[in-house]
Amino acid sequence: MAYEITLLTTIAISVLFALSLNFISGFCGQISLGHAAFLGTGAYTSAMMTKASIPFLVTLPAAALSAAALGFIIGLTSLRVRHDFLAITTMGAGFLFVGIIRQQDFFGGEIGIAGIPATGLGRIGFMSLCMSLAALFALFSIAVRRSWMGFVFASIADNEDVTRILGINASAYKLIAFVIGTATAGVAGALYAHHFRFIGPDSFGFVESVSVLAMVIVGGIGSVTGIIFSAAILSVMPLMFQFIDDYKLLLYSALLFFMMRFSPDGLAGLFKRAFRKYAGERP
Amino acid sequence: MNNVLEVIDVTVRFGGVTAVAGANFTMKKGELLGFIGPNGAGKTTLMRVITGIVKPQEGHISLDERDLSSLSINERINCGLALAQQIVQPFQDMSLLDNVALACGSTKTRNAIKSMFYTDRSEERQRAAELLHMVGLEDAANSMPSTLPLGYLKRMEVARALALDPHLLLLDEPLAGLNQNEARGLADLIQTLNNNGQTILLIEHNLREVMRICPLLYVQDNGRPIAYGPSKEVMQIAEVRSAYLGKAE
Repeated sequence: MAYEITLLTTIAISVLFALSLNFISGFCGQISLGHAAFLGTGAYTSAMMTKASIPFLVTLPAAALSAAALGFIIGLTSLRVRHDFLAITTMGAGFLFVGIIRQQDFFGGEIGIAGIPATGLGRIGFMSLCMSLAALFALFSIAVRRSWMGFVFASIADNEDVTRILGINASAYKLIAFVIGTATAGVAGALYAHHFRFIGPDSFGFVESVSVLAMVIVGGIGSVTGIIFSAAILSVMPLMFQFIDDYKLLLYSALLFFMMRFSPDGLAGLFKRAFRKYAGERP
Repeated sequence: MNNVLEVIDVTVRFGGVTAVAGANFTMKKGELLGFIGPNGAGKTTLMRVITGIVKPQEGHISLDERDLSSLSINERINCGLALAQQIVQPFQDMSLLDNVALACGSTKTRNAIKSMFYTDRSEERQRAAELLHMVGLEDAANSMPSTLPLGYLKRMEVARALALDPHLLLLDEPLAGLNQNEARGLADLIQTLNNNGQTILLIEHNLREVMRICPLLYVQDNGRPIAYGPSKEVMQIAEVRSAYLGKAE
């Protein structure tokens, strides 16, 4: 039972993390290759606070705020650079985060932070919290996509210049996407730190950023249900099969390549086309 | 009568090249002004100055007597400008109806945070359907842009611009790429909009249609203004004729 609880908790954290990137990249079209930095910001904030005897639940909003503050700064760069340049800028921000953490003894340096206190919620309680937060953010994402904010996000993802010509302040919308997405990644980071009870610089490196991007692309960029499905599968596979964990970057990069080549709209797109074909063939 | 648009002594230089030199004209409410000139005359550059994409080195632009110099593109649009671009750029993943409905929802999209709390699009879709009917696209309202010919998309651009209820409608070569019948139909639509009171600045190469529908012309050549006034009088000016037809040996 303990193993299943661990699996479900890992899945819930991965779903929350993947949906947070989907808010920025899937809904608003702003590609980020350094999203693990926000997971790390939340994780370090929360872990250091609980080690200073601050209750875990109090650290959750602090983790969200610290990640959102960093997200706001990175979001500001998205107002000046776009597309490939934004991808490279966010990737640079990710490397910068790991570089700073690695060099500072205050953050545990190379060794990281071990012995992170338990949340006090119990294993099932913590799992329920993770699943509830993932479910809440999934519902929030669906609500935003249906709102006028989601309508504008779709237009920015399609053509930002035309969105501006319609009198819409695209910059404000992009910043909101970054702040909400990164704040949620910060919460996922706090959960991550207290799930594994250990964090280090390598937990939030480029591999993690590519992994979460793979979850979003494989699920279907912008599709909440597709991403929940892909995040669940891709987060559990390395835990179930050790060889997948050993070749994680290779496997996820290959998945990214094949999805972008053969089904850019991910599994969600594949299912939609299959359903339409099936529905079309029925008499 | 107050001026809707004032372009005062606008000069734009790109490095050592002067793209626009001392552009000057005004537009009153309800006017349809044709802005013409040969290739390289600086027409699109001046249009970009009006929309705020290009900053002029000298001069200023005002809309309804409000100086636009310090305003961003979206702020200028919210002041009453609307632009239909030369190269059509529909949102490819939205139907024509939604392309126009998004522009109809400016009250809901003006505040980014508040936009999260609005979900109903029926009123904007109704208005978008009326605008698409006005430009003759009611049958294609639910079609995706990628399935439609250029002529349809040009009309959609006009409908999307009109959705902003502009004080001044800027049309950047709306007839470019259309066949004779399509161009005539769209020119008729522009004239109808103007007859209904819409102030329109029309940049266009199709001189025949411009002469047919525009009572006033502003002509630029090599960035310099060379004529401004009633169309028939302007076309009698030797410099205008030579700019278009070349000089007699």
